Amino acid sequence: MAGADGDDSLYPIAVLIDELRNEDVQLRLNSIKKLSTIALALGVERTRTELLPFLTDTIYDEDEVLLALAEQLGNFTMLVGGPEYVHCLLPPLESLATVEETVVRDKAVESLRKISQEHSPVDLEVHFEPLVKRLASGDWFTSRTSACGLFSVCYPRVSSTVKAEIRQHFRTLCSDDTPMVRRAAASKLGEFAKVLELDYVKSDIISLFTALASDEQDSVRLLAVEACVSIATLLPQEDLETLVMPTLRQAAEDKSWRVRYMVADKFSELQKAVGPEITKNDLVPAFQNLLKDCEAEVRAAAANKVKEFCENLPEDNREQIIMTHILPCVKELVSDTNQHVKSALASVIMGLSTILGKDNTIEHLLPLFLAQLKDECPEVRLNIISNLDCVNEVIGIRQLSQSLLPAIVELAEDAKWRVRLAIIEYMPLLAGQLGVEFFDEKLNTLCMAWLIDHVYAIREAATCNLMKLVEKFGAEWAQNTIVPKVLGMANDPNYLHRMTTLFCINALSEACGQEITTKQMLPVVLKMSNDQVANVRFNVAKSLQKIGPVLDNNALQTEVKPVLEKLASDQDMDVKYFAQEAISVLPLA
Amino acid sequence: MVVRGDSSASAHRAMSSAATTSPSVDKVDGFSRKSVRKAKQKRSQSSSQFRSQDKPIELTPLPLLKDVPAQEQPELFLKKLQQCCTVFDFMDTLSDLKMKEYKRSTLNELVDYVTVSRGYLTEQAYPEVVKMVSHNIFRTLPPSDSNEFDPEEDEPTLEASWPHLQLVYEFFIRFLESQEFQPSIAKKYIDQKFVLQLLELFDSEDPRERDYLKTVLHRIYGKFLGLRAFIRKQINNIFLRFVYETEHFNGVAELLEILGSIINGFALPLKAEHKQFLVKVLIPLHTVRSLSLFHAQLAYCIVQFLEKDPTLTEPVIRGLLKFWPKTCSQKEVMYLGELEEILDVIEPTQFVKIQEPLFKQISRCVSSPHFQVAERALYYWNNEYIMSLIEENSSVILPIMFSSLYRISKEHWNPAIVALVYNVLKAFMEMNSTLFDELTASYKSDRQREKKKEKEREELWKKLEDLELKRGLRSDGIIPT
Repeated sequence: MAGADGDDSLYPIAVLIDELRNEDVQLRLNSIKKLSTIALALGVERTRTELLPFLTDTIYDEDEVLLALAEQLGNFTMLVGGPEYVHCLLPPLESLATVEETVVRDKAVESLRKISQEHSPVDLEVHFEPLVKRLASGDWFTSRTSACGLFSVCYPRVSSTVKAEIRQHFRTLCSDDTPMVRRAAASKLGEFAKVLELDYVKSDIISLFTALASDEQDSVRLLAVEACVSIATLLPQEDLETLVMPTLRQAAEDKSWRVRYMVADKFSELQKAVGPEITKNDLVPAFQNLLKDCEAEVRAAAANKVKEFCENLPEDNREQIIMTHILPCVKELVSDTNQHVKSALASVIMGLSTILGKDNTIEHLLPLFLAQLKDECPEVRLNIISNLDCVNEVIGIRQLSQSLLPAIVELAEDAKWRVRLAIIEYMPLLAGQLGVEFFDEKLNTLCMAWLIDHVYAIREAATCNLMKLVEKFGAEWAQNTIVPKVLGMANDPNYLHRMTTLFCINALSEACGQEITTKQMLPVVLKMSNDQVANVRFNVAKSLQKIGPVLDNNALQTEVKPVLEKLASDQDMDVKYFAQEAISVLPLA
Repeated sequence: MVVRGDSSASAHRAMSSAATTSPSVDKVDGFSRKSVRKAKQKRSQSSSQFRSQDKPIELTPLPLLKDVPAQEQPELFLKKLQQCCTVFDFMDTLSDLKMKEYKRSTLNELVDYVTVSRGYLTEQAYPEVVKMVSHNIFRTLPPSDSNEFDPEEDEPTLEASWPHLQLVYEFFIRFLESQEFQPSIAKKYIDQKFVLQLLELFDSEDPRERDYLKTVLHRIYGKFLGLRAFIRKQINNIFLRFVYETEHFNGVAELLEILGSIINGFALPLKAEHKQFLVKVLIPLHTVRSLSLFHAQLAYCIVQFLEKDPTLTEPVIRGLLKFWPKTCSQKEVMYLGELEEILDVIEPTQFVKIQEPLFKQISRCVSSPHFQVAERALYYWNNEYIMSLIEENSSVILPIMFSSLYRISKEHWNPAIVALVYNVLKAFMEMNSTLFDELTASYKSDRQREKKKEKEREELWKKLEDLELKRGLRSDGIIPT
């Protein structure tokens, strides 16, 4: 039990406190991080009477140390003697909740919220709630900001008089004259609403919500949008129209793009919170406006939500709403002037096909997909290609293959290597959907060309891609189409290409199986052990180590072993090193 | 992969010549360098007018002010102000060309008019002027082009409507500076709400606009005594938000510039409010990542404070030491520069109060492996005033500095630093040769004592950890109590 007292003679508090006071910040930080060990050494009694007062008094320190302290104190309940004594932790945490640095304060609030649960209802009223009140009426904005996060944890467990006080304090902070405090209050409004009785939600929260949503600073208004989701969820359907909707409508038309962006960003949540009727009447036109907003940021955020919004529309007239209201806006976004908007749309647009079904997809969506596949921005094309599976389920990929090919080829040769890398990653998926014939005919050459790309990351990804293709199409296919080409590169004048052969063999041997590995790959690897470039030779040693497990014992003993032994006496030290490593790992003896 | 020597170098040449012949790799590798990205950006201008009207705008041309009799001018002036409330969409370069030009020439005319005319400023004109200015300049600033707009690297996005906006600002400044301007009437319209919106505009990415705003705010601060406290408080809020919430605000340097002259005018003794501003706002501003963009203005404000009230030196220096950069050498150099500015004006009585923590930090800087940091710190010894302070207190400072200096003189990688350190050691030797000899003699034993202490600490912690382990086992019931 952690409750036993420590041994005074061994651990005088002075020594421990010296550690906490060390001149070197790093050492101080280390000691604070082991504060629980110190507390354990002191025992619960002295932790309460000596350590905590010391910590409370010496709060002036580097923020990093304070952060560690704030975190530690949240887990200190047992170390001060259990829930009965947990209120001893309040004084140091109260000071920490008033410091300037946001991360420290937030951590202190987090710890306070945690230990609030360990207070008995009586202690909560005697110790915890007065602390919240002190913070809420502090002089400097930091303590008031911290208070905002503490109301909701004590409210459910206190008497109704105290509850009334808490509501009053929260109200005051919502109209604080520093915007920092109003922002903190606005960001906790939803959370606080959840613990309030419904009558108070209607009487108190709604007026606060309305006031914050029309604050003079847009940074406050946009936080009210987040609260709107929680508040709308709490209210009965019949009250939404009068209590929430006027404010929400106003937010969707706010003159600041930040607020409209927030509405767009939270659109799916809002939609679920207000229910199907209001969605049909209010949110559909609001969403149309957001898709046509004058700021690209807002359009992009809304475009991101197109699929989710359509999915969550009431099923009875979903198709009609999409076709008449949403699709026309989507069509315009396909040729938006901003590439972020187009690429946000491209990342979700394919999802509409499952909602609209085969005929609509072919007639209305397919032209959009095709247009986006030809977009000048590679990210847009990539996003379309990466979501092909949705379309595949509905209309099959053949419809697209004619346009797909040029798009893929162009991305495969894009000047940006990250774009090339991205398209390589979709190759196995594409190969699976397009089938082996189409692949051999159109895409195989691309896959081989990547092996000699001048960027290493591309060559590496190309190697990995080959492995996945072999897993998909089988060893026989590999033997006929890839292996000869890969092995051919072993004679390339460029040593980097010769090394690529080795990397491919490393990746393919397992998928190709023992026979191909032994009969076709091994001879090539062994021959390369005479390469004049040391990098190639030590990669031979590494390859042999890698493919060794696939080979039979005979090949290992008669063919691999002599070559590795020869390499182990190479004049280059790296070659020696890797050859010896291979010898020790493989079962050669 | 192992980094290879000569063999791979020649092989690499082979690779690059081969690369040009293969089909898929002949395109330039477009590593997304900033310069490349910038060249591609089409939008170097932006503007945010929400729901600007789709219909073309029609303004009925009015006669020139100089063409009408003097008694009709005030009336016409008001009409022109009302016309200029119309705001055009400059992102659409083709719309309303004629009307845009008409508004431009009208604004020009208004600028000239308020500069030279007399008797035009009737009481009715004030609300109309403020209304016209508000309609034009107050707007939500557009989103920044790149999410991580780096003011040091990226070109700022310019305000598209500048052809009109500039004239509006110009007009407003002439209005505020006009001899006929009466703050007692204007204060009804230039109120807290107006100032608040004005301050928000300082976040504009367009440096031309921030420059005009600086002048406007300065004039307002000068003429409206009732708004001064409010303005200072709102600047406080902007800075606190900048430091603790967003780290993003474009106009910090401009606001600090204004504050510099405000601080200059503070009466003595300083009010508690001003001291709090120094300690709780200006000092934490040093922690921001983009410090280099406004450091000169910030350091100026700090020194202004210290010249007003030298007793603030201790909290200021302690504050700087608390926030001393740990990983950014560039910022460390800036801190050292500012500290030297502070030391230049420090009073000897104040110096004594902070010399210990201060020189502990300087000693760390001197032994920084980054030569610019070490060099900047060592330059202090070229400053005559600082030298005289060090000399007076050499018995305290020398023991703090000695071990760092001694060690660097033996092992710093940069010969220039070693040479500088030798000079410093020489200076110390001349200052206080007895102490210097003692420290040299005890250097080794001091190091050993430190090592011993270190070892003791390790043992203490080991014991503590054993204890924790044992208790853990006991509480799990593995070892009986």
